Order: sequence, then C-alpha cells, then structure tokens
Amino acid sequence: MNYSDKFRQNNIKKKKGGIILNISNQEYGELAKRVSPPSAMAKTIPMAFVIGGTICVIGEALLNIYGALGLSRDNAAALTSLSLIFLSILLTGLKLYDRIAQIAGAGTLVPITGFANSVCSPALDFKTEGYVLGLGAKMFVIAGPVIVYGVSASVIYGIIYYCIKLFSA
Amino acid sequence: MAIREGKTFYYENASILSYASVVGKIESEGPYGDEFDEVIEDNKGGTQTFEQAEGLFQQKALKHAMDKANLTADETDLIFAGDLLNQCTGSSYGLKDFYIPFLGIFGACSTFAEGLLLAGAMVNAGYTDNTAAVTSSHFSSAERQFRFPLNYGGVRTPTAQWTATAAGAAIVAKTGKPPFIRAATVGKIEDMGINDLNNMGAAMAGAAYDTILRHFRHTGTSPESYDLIITGDLGQVGSEMLYELFKRDGINLESRHKDCGLLLYDREKQDVHAGGSGCGCSAAMMCGHFLKHVENGDLKRILYAATGALMSPTMVQQGGNIPGISHAVEISYK
Amino acid sequence: MDMIMEYVWAFIIGGILCAIGQVLIDLTKLTPARILTSYVVAGVILGAIGVYEPLIELAGGGATVPLTGFGNLLAKGVREAVDENGLLGAFMGGFTSAAVGVSAAIFFSLIAALIFKPGTKVNNNA
Repeated sequence: MNYSDKFRQNNIKKKKGGIILNISNQEYGELAKRVSPPSAMAKTIPMAFVIGGTICVIGEALLNIYGALGLSRDNAAALTSLSLIFLSILLTGLKLYDRIAQIAGAGTLVPITGFANSVCSPALDFKTEGYVLGLGAKMFVIAGPVIVYGVSASVIYGIIYYCIKLFSA
Repeated sequence: MAIREGKTFYYENASILSYASVVGKIESEGPYGDEFDEVIEDNKGGTQTFEQAEGLFQQKALKHAMDKANLTADETDLIFAGDLLNQCTGSSYGLKDFYIPFLGIFGACSTFAEGLLLAGAMVNAGYTDNTAAVTSSHFSSAERQFRFPLNYGGVRTPTAQWTATAAGAAIVAKTGKPPFIRAATVGKIEDMGINDLNNMGAAMAGAAYDTILRHFRHTGTSPESYDLIITGDLGQVGSEMLYELFKRDGINLESRHKDCGLLLYDREKQDVHAGGSGCGCSAAMMCGHFLKHVENGDLKRILYAATGALMSPTMVQQGGNIPGISHAVEISYK
Repeated sequence: MDMIMEYVWAFIIGGILCAIGQVLIDLTKLTPARILTSYVVAGVILGAIGVYEPLIELAGGGATVPLTGFGNLLAKGVREAVDENGLLGAFMGGFTSAAVGVSAAIFFSLIAALIFKPGTKVNNNA
C-alpha cells in the first residue's frame, strides 16, 4: 500500500477529514479494470496470424529462390534474413511500417522484420540529437535487450553443452 | 479582496481578456476543427525538430491572444506557462523571444487550469495587470519522450490516449467583462495505484473526483448549478470511472459532463483509441470553443477541471505508480 | 504438392507464433521490447533442447522468420562453435551466427537514418 492510499484509509477509518476520496486503491483498480475496454481480440489475433503468416511465407519463398540459385541452406537462410531486414527498414524509412503495425499488432512485431524496425526507428528518430549521441547511441534502445539476453542465453547454453559433452565423453 | 475558504479561492475581479488556440492537422480535422485560431498543417511547423515546433505552437498561441487584445509585450506583465516536456522545453524555448516576465509551471495535462488560477490570483491581488496562461503539447515530442520512437511498430492498447498537438493561451485582466474567473480549487496529488502507462485516464479520474467534489462542497453547488462540467483529458476510461465514483455518492455527473479528450477528435473516424490528452488538448478546447460561449452568454457558468497524470517514466520503470492531479476553475458569464 | 504444403505450413506455424505474441500483448502488460526478448530467449531454449530444428524442417520460413528462429540460430551457432573450439566456443558461436542479422540491421538502419527524414506517426484515419 502506498502512502497516499494509507493516508486515505486512515482518514476513512477515523471518519475524519470531511471530504476524502473514500475508495481503496484495490477497489479503484478493480473499477479501472471494469470500465477499460478489452482489446478487440477477435480482431487483433486473426490479424496478427494472417499478417505474421504472410511475412513468413515471403520468407519461405525467398528461401526457396535463394536455394534454387545454388546457395547452401545456411547461406540462403542468412540472405533471407538480410532481405527481410532490408525490406523492413525500407518500409520504416518510408513511414509505412508503423502504419502496417497498427493493424498487424504482433504480426509485424514477432518476425525478424520487427527486430529491424526496432533498430531503425530510434536511429531515425534520434537523428535530430546528432549522429553519435543521437542516432548511434540510441539505435539499440529497444532492440538492445534482445541482443543482451539472446547472446547471454546462448553463452549459458554453450557452457552447459560443453559440460554435458565433457561428462558424456 | 479575494476570499479564501477552505481550499477554494474566490475571485472578485479577474476576467479573461482574450484567448487563442493553435492546433495541428489531425486536430483541425476533428469536430471542432474550424473553431481554432490557426492550424499548423506541418508537424514541425517549418522548424527542424518536433520540440522546436512545440515552442512555435506556444509562441503563436500567445501572439494571437495578445493581438486580439491589442497588447504589446510591454503591456503584458507576466506569463505562467508549461508543457509536458522535460524542463518545460516548449514554454522556455518558445516564449523566450517575448521578453515578458515568465514563471514556468508543471501540472502535466492540468497545467492550463493551473496557469489560469494562478494568473487570476495575481491579477485579483493586484500584483499584475495583463497576465497570460499558456500551455502546449505535441504528439510527436511527447511520444519521443514518454513512449517509443515514432516509427516504431509498437501496438497501442485500446485504453491509450493520443497526445494532442495543440496550444492555448489566455490573458487574464481586470476588465469587468465576461468570462469571469469566479473560483478555483487546487487539486491534491492522488496516487490511486495505477501504473499502466497506457491508461492515463484511470490514473487521473480519482483526482478529478476529489477536486470536483471538494469544489461542490466548498461552494455549496451541485452538478445542476453548472451548465457544463468540463474535464481535461480523462478520455473514455477516465470519464466512465468519474461517473462511477460520483454514483457512489448518489450524484449524477454524466448529464452535465464533457471531456475535452473526447471532444477534440472524431473517435469514430480518427484512430485515437480512448481519446485525446496533453496540456494542449483542454487548453485548445477551452480557448477555441468553451470560452467563446461563456463570453457571449450561451454558457452561464462552467466548471473547468483539467486533469493531469504526474507521470515520470523513470519512476514507472522503478515500479512506481502514476499519481494524478486535477485543478478546478469556475468561469461564469456574470 | 509438397511445394504448396511447405508454404501452408510456413503460413500456419509463422501465424501461430505471431498470434501467441498478440495474446501476450492483449492479456498481459508485457511491452513489445519484453516480448521480443522473451521470443529470442525462448528460441535459444527450444533450440537447445532440440525441438526447434524439427519445426524448421516442417515449416521452413514459418519457423526461421519469427524471432524464436533468431534464438535458435544463436543456439545452433554456439553448439557448432563448442564442438569445434571447446569452451571458448560458448563465447563465439552466438555472435557468429547472429552476425548477418545484426550487421544488416545496424548498417541498413544507419543508411536509412541518413537518407530519410525523421517523421511523425501517421494517424490511421478510417
């Protein structure tokens, strides 16, 4: 309970203070929940599914095209990521990505294109604060944690994998 | 002289001499679009950045208000101004070229009411003659400071509000003509335990209830005593909470209540979710629409209770709540 | 026929991964940045316990394009690096396999920021 709520509760209990907001934070929170409109999940989830699925199909098509051009599986996958990242950043620069995202929700957030958008948008936004301390420094304000925790998780996995190999050998 | 009763001030002689509003493009496409003094179509208003543009909005709003009253900078004694940005950037940078004595104020989105009641007090007490209250907000600069980069595809929840790109300025003086500032109740900081950045309306409704109820009790009035009770930017969620809170006391507020956040935009056609918000939202609605109707007598008596979420992104990240505040100013034709 | 099924699976699996993200947004207060982070870490874990590779076999782009695929890539890179270089590999593999994605995101973003003007969010008027 925070100070403001405690103060209010004490005054209600002692029946003093004449005019006081006579509701506890808990009751108030429940009221807030009751009147807040729920997300239109019947609309948002299908949209995320369809647009997210479509981006994946584009990825699959690129994968097949690059494979047909004779690239190895790993290289085709890397080039697919690169292409999707390029497209996402192009759309971000053209101010279109966030418009699509308003409709797509997680459909444009979860694919690798969402990661690219989260790198590009602060870079673009903070350009006005300079190329070094603005653009350069702020580029990873959103995507930073993805790298930090992704790489850290992979290091932990590497150590565990190494230990398992050591014992099983 | 002014009389102080409880925490409500009464004003004997303070009127709003002139007022003006400047809005952005989206606001001009709303239902009250043609009532504002100037529309700045370009988001940056020809400046380099959104922060500079916010300063420009304030500058233009004050200039329009001064022009309407034929005031020069020399004849304007004092400015109370504020906005949402850190260090009240919009006010300090936007108004610096006027060379008018300046007091920066911060009350989040309640700033315009805070400015009005302070300007009224200074004028009523006789310290100053022509005293201005100016506030602004800008969608893009607020978004950059409080939320995400503008072109980031983060999703807005249905309870989120859209920060208005707008500014309003009013000059208070002893003119003996309407609109008169009659009384004001200063709000208390109410921390209702809300910590959802996307639900500011809920964070502020408690404070609005507290201030409006205290104003009723101190002045011996009820909702029926006013033509309109105008809140700042509670939006859809906050307004409904306010009705519910008053229902507990057996008071029906809904019939007299208007919320600037719900008026500024066409919520059917414009994608603003729970409504508008920001210092500029209620300032523009007051200076663009309501004060006009009090001046010509369509509205005899209104209670303007601007609401603010005193939100610090740092505190919220540290697990803190969003305290709310609301200041009420009673404005009348007689 | 196989070709078509490949795309159908890519659509379904990719769609489901995105729909799960949307459920998290709608029902919890997780911010987008937290969801991105969770997906990558989940991908590392799923890759580590060996359930992600079969999913890629089935869905191709449907499994590699979502950020869980990026996490899986990190796990795969680390596994290969440890096989080759021992314990040191645990510190090499992640960045090696993420190199293309991260470098591309950084470089293209820099170019985009240099070319395009910062602009506001457009209000999706109906």
